[in-house]
Amino acid sequence: MPYSAFLADRLPAYLTGVLTTIELTILSIVLAVIVALIMGLMRLSKNPFVTGIAYCYIEFFRGTSLYVQVFWVYFVLPIFGVTLNPFVAGFTAVGLNIGAYGAELVRGAILSVPKGQYEAAYALSMSDFQRMRRIILPQALPIMLPPWGNLLIELLKGTAICAMIGVVELTFQAKQINSSTFLSAQAFGTSLILYYMLARFGITPFMRWLEKFTARRMGRSA
Amino acid sequence: MNRYWDWGFFFEIMPRILQGAVNTIMAALGGYALAVIGGLLVALLLFALKPSAQIVESSATLRMKRILTFIIKEIIEFIRSTPLLIQVFFIFYVGPQFGITLSPWTAGLIAISLHYTAYLSEVFRGGLEAVPKGQWEASISLSLSPMHTFFRIITPQAIIPSIGGLGNYLIGIFKDTPMLSAIALAEMMFMANAIGGEHYRYTEPYTMVGLIFLIISLPMAGFIRAFERFVRRRMGLA
Repeated sequence: MPYSAFLADRLPAYLTGVLTTIELTILSIVLAVIVALIMGLMRLSKNPFVTGIAYCYIEFFRGTSLYVQVFWVYFVLPIFGVTLNPFVAGFTAVGLNIGAYGAELVRGAILSVPKGQYEAAYALSMSDFQRMRRIILPQALPIMLPPWGNLLIELLKGTAICAMIGVVELTFQAKQINSSTFLSAQAFGTSLILYYMLARFGITPFMRWLEKFTARRMGRSA
Repeated sequence: MNRYWDWGFFFEIMPRILQGAVNTIMAALGGYALAVIGGLLVALLLFALKPSAQIVESSATLRMKRILTFIIKEIIEFIRSTPLLIQVFFIFYVGPQFGITLSPWTAGLIAISLHYTAYLSEVFRGGLEAVPKGQWEASISLSLSPMHTFFRIITPQAIIPSIGGLGNYLIGIFKDTPMLSAIALAEMMFMANAIGGEHYRYTEPYTMVGLIFLIISLPMAGFIRAFERFVRRRMGLA
């Protein structure tokens, strides 16, 4: 069977898979960004209890494998009364995991904002919250965006693991197609190319645009 | 027997999980060793393909070098931005289609070391490029041979900025080995899945796997930081 016939035959399945992967990715990104901001800020708190919680969270999620976390959320949480369907379990686990890595980026970026900015905000008698929201975070954003680009590609790759708990996304479709056609090179090769396209023509340009956009907002030309 | 947690069961399954842990560590270290060699070779290749500062090259050679560099970088980018899980499946299942049957160990090691070769080549490349150009010029003015310059002057200085990245990817490869359970390599996660399937209890096996990951990766991170400090001090830096 020529590749074109294979593709014509299986394209709908791949496209539904791609769609689910995109959904998973977007939901995970939202969760990861929220978690990263909260944990990154908590990590910088003066209260040792708050810092401790963030520290444990970050070390726990960075110290164990994403693969284990996905399985844990899906198989173990139901015993404690939280039953999630595979889709929700999948994006939750991926989002929480990437959020832990993101928290470190947030922390690093905030720390690299010059100290004078804190002092200036203090001199203008801004509240702590105002200072963070209006002075520090907007300046930390352009610093942390480039590493976030890499992290989001890791996130996209991480969503592939959701196939192992039965989310019908791109990897799952590739496995199905492989076991029904035995054309492994075509089945997995196509999905590899699709993932590459999602990363290369989806996430990378989006992050470039975001970097330019924030640079312009900050009054710096990129 | 507690509905949530059963210590008896926990200790009963421990030997099997630990047996899997040995395989996990072996797969991680084996894959890492291959990836270090591969990454170093790719980085050296990319380095050799840079336009030479000393010899005037013909435009044909330069174009050839540019094309090769482009291809290598594109392949690295491809490997880095596609999921390891599918790469593992690809290598495991594509062989038989063409009459080559790979064992889970062979396929798994190839896949994981290829994936991390792409990452480590970037680490090594970054390290090599971080060495100031003046070091090359100084070596030329001291009429050291290119080999001597490279191995005695450049490489030792390139290692220091690489240690952090190398260490991170060692932990990374370790945490990625559960992907190999998908092709039935009997590592920790595979054992946990098997136990879960047999007893229909997932809490203890998965939690134990998570704990073992924590127990290994947290000290490893500390150890890498200490090692980096040690090397810096040995090199007379900070």
